[in-house]
Amino acid sequence: MQRIGVFVCHCGTNIAGTIDVKAVAEALKNEPGVVFSTDYQYMCSQAGQDIIKNAIAEHKLTGIVVCSCSPRMHENTFRKTAAAAGLNSYMVEIANIREQCSWVHKEMPVGTEKAIILGKAAVAKVNLNAPLTPGESPVTKRALVIGGGIAGIQTALDIADAGFPVDIVETKPTIGGKMAQLDKTFPTLDCAACILTPKMVEVAQHENIRIFSYSEVSEIKGFVGNFDVTIKRRARYVKEDLCTGCGACTEKCPQKKVPNEFNLGMDNRRAIYIPFAQAVPKVATIDADYCTMLKTGKCGVCSKVCTAGAIDYQAKDEFVEEKYGAIVAATGFNPISMDKFDEYAYSQSKDVITSLEFERLTNAAGPTAGKLLRPSDGEHPHTIVFVQCVGSRCAACAEKGKEYCSKICCMYTAKHAMLTRDKYPDTDVYVFYIDVRTPGKAFDEFYRRAVEEYGVHYIKGMVGKVSPEGNKLKVQASDLIAGKQLHIDADLVVLAAAIEPDKSARPLATMLTASMDTNDFFTEAHPKLRPVESPTAGVFLSGTCQGPKDIPETVSQAGAAASKVIGLLAKDKLTGNPCVAHSDENMCNGCSTCGNVCPYGAITYEDKEFRMPDRTTKMRRIAVVNEAVCQGCGCCTVACMSGAMDLKGFMNKQIMAEVDAICK
Amino acid sequence: MQVNGEFKPLIVAFCCNWCSYAGADLAGNNRLNYPAEVKIIRVPCSCRVNPMFILRAFQRGADGVILCGCHPGDCHYTSGNYYTRRRMALLFSMLDYLGIEKERTRVEWVSAAEGAKFAATMNDFVEKVTALGENKRLEDLRCKK
Repeated sequence: MQRIGVFVCHCGTNIAGTIDVKAVAEALKNEPGVVFSTDYQYMCSQAGQDIIKNAIAEHKLTGIVVCSCSPRMHENTFRKTAAAAGLNSYMVEIANIREQCSWVHKEMPVGTEKAIILGKAAVAKVNLNAPLTPGESPVTKRALVIGGGIAGIQTALDIADAGFPVDIVETKPTIGGKMAQLDKTFPTLDCAACILTPKMVEVAQHENIRIFSYSEVSEIKGFVGNFDVTIKRRARYVKEDLCTGCGACTEKCPQKKVPNEFNLGMDNRRAIYIPFAQAVPKVATIDADYCTMLKTGKCGVCSKVCTAGAIDYQAKDEFVEEKYGAIVAATGFNPISMDKFDEYAYSQSKDVITSLEFERLTNAAGPTAGKLLRPSDGEHPHTIVFVQCVGSRCAACAEKGKEYCSKICCMYTAKHAMLTRDKYPDTDVYVFYIDVRTPGKAFDEFYRRAVEEYGVHYIKGMVGKVSPEGNKLKVQASDLIAGKQLHIDADLVVLAAAIEPDKSARPLATMLTASMDTNDFFTEAHPKLRPVESPTAGVFLSGTCQGPKDIPETVSQAGAAASKVIGLLAKDKLTGNPCVAHSDENMCNGCSTCGNVCPYGAITYEDKEFRMPDRTTKMRRIAVVNEAVCQGCGCCTVACMSGAMDLKGFMNKQIMAEVDAICK
Repeated sequence: MQVNGEFKPLIVAFCCNWCSYAGADLAGNNRLNYPAEVKIIRVPCSCRVNPMFILRAFQRGADGVILCGCHPGDCHYTSGNYYTRRRMALLFSMLDYLGIEKERTRVEWVSAAEGAKFAATMNDFVEKVTALGENKRLEDLRCKK
């Protein structure tokens, strides 16, 4: 028989405000096995934990129940408390009477009654708990960063500087991500390339970093500390080790009409290309969709001009298998498609562009060499209208846009408006906004400078329609403050498109078994206290794959993710989850059903000799669970027809006891 | 269960640790109310729920049982919720045959980010079960006190 202690937490008034905690402690006193029951203001505090430790010693407790917040919050805390008092940490059960009781029920009698029932269920379970010892597994001291934008770059550099090898997998031919496409960065107006490219070079030269560019992750197996990852290196038809990046091939390639994705299709590149001058690795790539040689077998110009002999038309996709201890998702974002926003005439006029396209138009390395010219006729625009929140904060039009605020648009539009007025003072700049949101260091000052010093016309109100007429764009909008309709003849309309997670994030999350929210942003383990970790152990989040962020935030989150990875890789051994499946060999008949449903292949079968009652021996096939591989889902326990398989920590009889306690 | 002449159903909710239990926590964090008749049992994965547990709950007097897991494709254990989906489809049709109405059993996918969905689901489920009244089909009288 267990000797159980019950500890009811007030959590200030969080629990005690809706639940009569004394009554709960009192009611649970009479439950089977309970020898001690008390309540305290904050069980998780040092004083609260001391109460638990003292009670364990004084009453020789063999199990404890803490009625408090969610086990996702403090289960570990109380397990450590128990362990410190010499009790096995798996003899602890939590009754969640805060998140699932006091916070969702308003009336004291109702809440108290439910809290008592939840407490009884936990007592019933802990009565059947057995001490568990976690196994240990080694840690592969290598990290994988998926995505080579500023988030991935910073994470990789920080991990590599701590002395651990890191691999970056990037789908594009070069690292750099969205930041490489930007012109200036707010609020300091640093040139993006000037602060990004040194970091890219540092990555390329770092002895601990390998870059797999033009590659993607195709399979992930394993678990924290021991991930087995298959990386698909797409054929770039250029030998990376031989190519010097001289660019001779990209000048001579006769296929000149390939839309240049780096400039968002606003100009063309060749079929063999280097995305931009500072690309890392600076290696050419052949676009198989456009290359005449690869399509028809007739051309071969690039091969002829390549003095390094780097061109290889026979190249095939290669698969690299590597082991990692930790994986960082840094898959970034994309602006949403403007297809559904026809009111802004994006598809009808070349002079309606997105902010990222505007960024390329003002970039010295962009299609116009940094001169602000209309894409349609190359004329200088005299009136520019910026439209904010295109697809952001779209609660009423969720099928078109996003419900959330994209966070960066207010600031980059202020930057665009300011830079335009600075370079071309003869240009009228209008910004239509719902709200201007500028929380951040020196952000509001920056926005005010755009209005006060640079004379940008900020108008509260949304643009209703943009219609191309002749070489003008007729903009109809409302001015909410003046309470009137506005008609502006604009030369250029710039849409601040909402940002969304990159399309590769969803399949990656599936491979990682990491959870996502309804917008396909990765979910963090705790929104406040564990913002850079995924709930899946060993998976970390860096940058905008977790939510909209500007560059300073992305870099700080990237560093935070790196520090978590370093903390993991610095360990030699990881303690596993002891709540794994276990087969009772006396009941198992070796039917293989459990092995067939196991998602991890953790169950194998072996022949074992059993002594029979008549003193003969008999060989029988039985299931054996590999505890290091089993993740403890419990699928096999339900599939097992003979009832031999059970899950430690969540045993059939424990869950049944909980059901009984609740239904009593 | 009758409370002051009013029928209050007894609902057992099995929630997987990774998505739905976290979703229930989020409902709590956001103070989204749902009836106290719902009592949650935490399981590592929805596929841990043995049909035996559900039968046991009905035998012991539960009026409804709801099973919540990660959305298809998002299972923390890759494929557990697919097993749940198939097993429960079978079990619930068998229970329906035995006279446990389909409205008393439900599988719902609730992610860790869907606190509002969790609360709405529970409100709806409790309403439906309340409308059906007490479950007497499977209740084992020997379990009555």
